Amino acid sequence: MMEFIVIPILALLFATAITVAVIRNLWAAVMFTGIYSFLGASWMLILDAPDVAFTEAAVGAGVSTILMLATLSLVPRSSRKRGSISNSDFETKDPPRRRVISSLLVVIGTGAMLIYGTLDMPLFGSADAAIQTYPAPSFIEKSQTEMGEHGLPNVVTAVLASYRGYDTLGETAVIFTAGIAVLLILRKNKASDEIGAGQSEVTS
Amino acid sequence: MTPETFFGLFNYWIVICLMMTGFYIVISSGNLIKTVIGLNIFQTSVFLLYITMGKLTDPVKRVTAPILEGGHGDSHGDHSAHGEHVAQVSFEEHASEQLHDAVKHAHADLSEAGHGGAEHAHEVAEVLYSNPLPSVLMLTAIVVGIATTALALALIVRIREDYGTIEEDEILELDKELQ
Repeated sequence: MMEFIVIPILALLFATAITVAVIRNLWAAVMFTGIYSFLGASWMLILDAPDVAFTEAAVGAGVSTILMLATLSLVPRSSRKRGSISNSDFETKDPPRRRVISSLLVVIGTGAMLIYGTLDMPLFGSADAAIQTYPAPSFIEKSQTEMGEHGLPNVVTAVLASYRGYDTLGETAVIFTAGIAVLLILRKNKASDEIGAGQSEVTS
Repeated sequence: MTPETFFGLFNYWIVICLMMTGFYIVISSGNLIKTVIGLNIFQTSVFLLYITMGKLTDPVKRVTAPILEGGHGDSHGDHSAHGEHVAQVSFEEHASEQLHDAVKHAHADLSEAGHGGAEHAHEVAEVLYSNPLPSVLMLTAIVVGIATTALALALIVRIREDYGTIEEDEILELDKELQ
């Protein structure tokens, strides 16, 4: 039964990705990205990865959409119209025809190579694939007895928080660094503001 | 190419198409925000690729997410016995050279369940779990991805403050004029 749910989800995923590629309005593109993330999360749920699905729905569709909308509200296209932002301020320009053709060629070439690379990959869901044989069964087996008295039912949590805890520590370090960097970049710096104002006066 | 191979590899191909759509947005679009959107789509497709690889299917047994069944209600002894059983089953699964052997074995299990009654029911209703490792790695990747997205968007806001535009060609022209 699951197979039949997958088909519309995949079709919608594909349609959303194409729409984002061709649509010119940035607001719409951001919203379609959120939809894409939600559809991806639905597929992950069917593929037995509920933890990733939740995170993708919360972070990919939620936080990242909010960040992009916030950026859009800070970046109207022309500074003179700051008082009245209209929808047309967020239209992107169509790329020149030469660029479209050359990027299509690059993308098709890369895609063909990747598809050639999949030809000797293990088939979907096969139990004798390398990924299924070595570390995963022992994680499932051991996390029941090693995590306290009753074990930890969610193996993903057990691996994330304990067996690969240093990974998670590094991840928080990355988040911390990114947060500091964003604060430093966006900090209102008077000196650089004056330089920036001077530049835009010169160029406009 | 047999239909079996086709459907076995179909998921990878879908994911590659999605990935290439994201790649196309990144390299063709001159708008910086659109580029970040393309990167996000590429990223989500990579998550899907890994999650697809971790999924396990089985013709007979139930395959479910790596959240162990039995919960907290069971006693400790029950838990470990259950665990050994699952491990043993998955070992046999991997060791069997042909799928048919596994199917026969599972059928035997099932008929045994019919005769064994309620005592065996818990053990025979064993399930296989999909691979937890891709989930773990992708959780980390999602969170790191949002960090890089935030950084990129902050840079875009900063670029807009200095250049007054977020179109790549206009920024390059302004740079030329300044030189």
